[in-house]
Amino acid sequence: MSRPHRLIRAPGEDGPLSREESQRIIARAAELSKADSVQVQLQSAHSSNTRFAANQMSTSGSIFDVTLAIQSSFGNKHAVVVTNDLSDESLRQAVAQSEALAKLAPDDPEAMPPLGAQQYQSVQAYFESTASLGASDMARAAMTALEPARAAGDLQVAGFIVKGAGSNAIGNDKGLFAYHRNTSANYTLTVRTADGTGSGWAGADHPDWSRIDFEAVSKRALDKARASRGPVAIEPGRYTVILEPQAVGDLVQLTSGYIDARSADEGRSPFVKQGGGNKIGEKIVDERVTILSDPSDAQLLSQPFDGEGFPLGNQIWIEKGVLKKLYYSRYWAKNKNATATGAPQSIKMMGGSASVDDMVAATERGVLVTRLWYLREVDPRTILYTGLTRDGTFLVENGKITKAIRNFRFNESPLFMLNNLEVLGRPERLAGTEAGGDIVMPAIKVRDFNFTSLSEAV
Amino acid sequence: MTDRREFLKRGAAAAAALAAATAWKSTAGVALASAAPAPLASELPDDDTIKDLMLAALDAARSAGAGYADVRIGRQRQNFVFTREQQIQNVVDTDSIGCGVRALVDGTWGFAASRNLTRDGVAAAAREAVAIARANRIARDRPVVLAPAPAVPNATWKSAYSIDPFTISIEEKADLLLKANAAAMKIAGVKYVFSGLFFVKEERNFASSEGSFITQTAIRSWPLMQITAISPDFSDFQSRGNVVQPMGRGWEFVLESDLPGNAGKWGEEAAEKLKAKPVDVGRYDLVLHPSHLWLTVHESIGHPTELDRAMGYEANFAGTSFVSPPEKMLGKFRYGPEFMNIQGDRSQEGGLSTIGYDDEGVKPADFLLIKNGVVNDYQTTREQALWLDWWYKQQGREAKSHGCSYAQGWNAVQFQRMPNVSLLPGEKEIGWDEIVADTERGIAIIGDGSFSIDQQRYNAQFGGQLFYEIRNGKITGMLKDVAYQMRTPDFWNSMDMIGGKKSYMLGGSFFDGKGQPGQANAVSHGCVPARFRQVNVINTGRKA
Repeated sequence: MSRPHRLIRAPGEDGPLSREESQRIIARAAELSKADSVQVQLQSAHSSNTRFAANQMSTSGSIFDVTLAIQSSFGNKHAVVVTNDLSDESLRQAVAQSEALAKLAPDDPEAMPPLGAQQYQSVQAYFESTASLGASDMARAAMTALEPARAAGDLQVAGFIVKGAGSNAIGNDKGLFAYHRNTSANYTLTVRTADGTGSGWAGADHPDWSRIDFEAVSKRALDKARASRGPVAIEPGRYTVILEPQAVGDLVQLTSGYIDARSADEGRSPFVKQGGGNKIGEKIVDERVTILSDPSDAQLLSQPFDGEGFPLGNQIWIEKGVLKKLYYSRYWAKNKNATATGAPQSIKMMGGSASVDDMVAATERGVLVTRLWYLREVDPRTILYTGLTRDGTFLVENGKITKAIRNFRFNESPLFMLNNLEVLGRPERLAGTEAGGDIVMPAIKVRDFNFTSLSEAV
Repeated sequence: MTDRREFLKRGAAAAAALAAATAWKSTAGVALASAAPAPLASELPDDDTIKDLMLAALDAARSAGAGYADVRIGRQRQNFVFTREQQIQNVVDTDSIGCGVRALVDGTWGFAASRNLTRDGVAAAAREAVAIARANRIARDRPVVLAPAPAVPNATWKSAYSIDPFTISIEEKADLLLKANAAAMKIAGVKYVFSGLFFVKEERNFASSEGSFITQTAIRSWPLMQITAISPDFSDFQSRGNVVQPMGRGWEFVLESDLPGNAGKWGEEAAEKLKAKPVDVGRYDLVLHPSHLWLTVHESIGHPTELDRAMGYEANFAGTSFVSPPEKMLGKFRYGPEFMNIQGDRSQEGGLSTIGYDDEGVKPADFLLIKNGVVNDYQTTREQALWLDWWYKQQGREAKSHGCSYAQGWNAVQFQRMPNVSLLPGEKEIGWDEIVADTERGIAIIGDGSFSIDQQRYNAQFGGQLFYEIRNGKITGMLKDVAYQMRTPDFWNSMDMIGGKKSYMLGGSFFDGKGQPGQANAVSHGCVPARFRQVNVINTGRKA
């Protein structure tokens, strides 16, 4: 056989792989395969970042890399080999290596047959103007924080600006081919007062760089730092709490780690029904709560397929407080005679119309929380997590923010919290979640939020 | 912060279908980078070619105007095997090769990475690093200055493994795991078992414009098991996990860990947790096993003594530190009792952070972060060492890096990461049993569990794997739903007994996260058992 056409472009051309390039590489892997079936995932990403701290530039960089994962299957045996080398020689060796490993692997009785051709929604999340930005654009954006902080003299800023362009393709030798590309832009900023008593945070995220208002984010964090100076300690305990969208997302997105139907059916999940089975159809939170994953939602714009190439539409997990759906893998769906759902790539909680200011104005006594930090599972039976408030925690009295207060540690579950709902705000796209991802959440007001101790941390 | 969730996320992604199944996202760049290690398919070029490529990159950086540059050409391989009950879930081999160039231009950093290992490819990365540094010059406040470090013109180093896990067949690995699973499943009440083996092999080549050339190989291994018992009426489930601590060793360590031989005992512990008594809230004396205490050391001493955190460089993500400012802390702040000594090092055999030379070519030192209970030093790189010039002068020491520079791979910029940070043994040769026997009313905790700490490292909450009630010097039964809340200096100052040399062991984290974009580091913590007086214990078994 003659040497195949060039599989990838020359050095220096480092944008994400196009649909055609991806298709060509996946087809070549299929051609080389001697297995019963071969599945290929090909990702590429060009990411550039600018980092600053202590009112000074720190590290910045630009990285282009690819990931080619080849899974070969012989009957119920399968194995994956991953490489970042797209040369024909590398492809040939990766295919051979995954075949050798698969033959040696013990049987996986849960292995599913490969997917055939699928229909996908088209999600437009790629913005050429974002992909082509340079290091100077990013340095200038950083100046929206650095300039005012240096001029103020009593503020220290630390921030991170990152933009990227990437592609993800999944295909096999049975007709499956999924392709999605996107750009991304993310800005987060922490401002601390020089006396060490105040800290404020703000952030923004969008696939389109031009939709991020750098000046506004910088101003919000600068203002919050000043307002949070000199916090006073109030007793921990149960409080009415107004959580800004970021804080809601920090806690509510954790539910996505517990929606596996199999775990519930096996008896090890918060969604286990007493006596066995799962809680689908039961009311589990306040009736105003609806949580979904929809790739084409204008605020989410996420990948319209999962890691297996399974197509994703609008998945409603909780509707009006009732658990409507759990995640069924293809295997578990077959086992339980249910419909496979695909693994969600995004999460959105629907909201209402109240602003945070409205919620403050209507609160006699409560705590306003900017964001949460270091959330870790304490009890998987209830999704009970511990963590702390951070970067702007305030006391609300008689409809007004009256003072900055010390941070709290909480022990709370998103399920308990969403049962104590008072008011829903407008949903916003989040920039700073610990796990990342396309997440949209409203601000909310809840009662009886459980703060268990005080932290001196600023 | 140490992040097992990150591991589970990656593991689950791999097990689900293909590695790195999650959507590409710039803010999750770390997931891509780490899940991406690449193939058995390509090998690194031979030593002469690597040296030639590194010289080409350094030349290109210098010609473009860099005052200092370093280049790393690396290969990272991972191998993991996951099983549940009596079946294999997935087998994954990953391999990643490439080149990262860091350039200092007029006191400002730039970094660029390329997977294109040709002279043109690495030179292009070097020029891009310089261009980024220049673009950032408008935002410079003060120039970066590096502490002097001797050039290391020709060095090699290899970590302490005797059997390379990448030479062991997949059948042997799967067989070991399935045997262990079977042993656990024999225990009454045990319904589910997850197990896995995770291996990393790094080949690291470093060169700098100051004349260093260093080649190193490191291997890390982590055997995993989680055993779940479920009550017959589905009203409760309990798991025993984190059974073996990861180490910077090879296949011989997996064999020593003897999963098949120990799985039955771990299974019994999971089943016993279903019948354990819920803890009464209150203050207790805690006797903490090294398999648990390493994580408390990591979070409440390891992170706050990172100098970049103390100086505000991590404020936007991981946070700052209460051990700040250094001029008010060094030689002054009492962290704990007189007998408390905390060592930073990258030299302990089998330590996850152990290495011959760091990612700036510095040979790491052993140093005391806490000396006789008082803050004595910070973790540093070449850029940071000079920030403490005044302190080192006072001490009659030279201001030089402790060798704590690390990048998770060729495609990430190096910065300050944690060395092995360890609680040194006490003088008296006592151990776990003696400390329990000396305790009137307390709780003994084994294994690491839930953990959370604030962004300055004051207020923390820790769970564990196994909790036992101590009455009059004896363990009287198992407890559940236990977590303790603490304030770091109060906690360490309440320590009144520690074990001796014979009770010292290494715990550690395979994935410790820090930085933006996030990078993972692996780090060990040597530890002895210790007792802490009157710590606040909460009950976590809330129902609504």
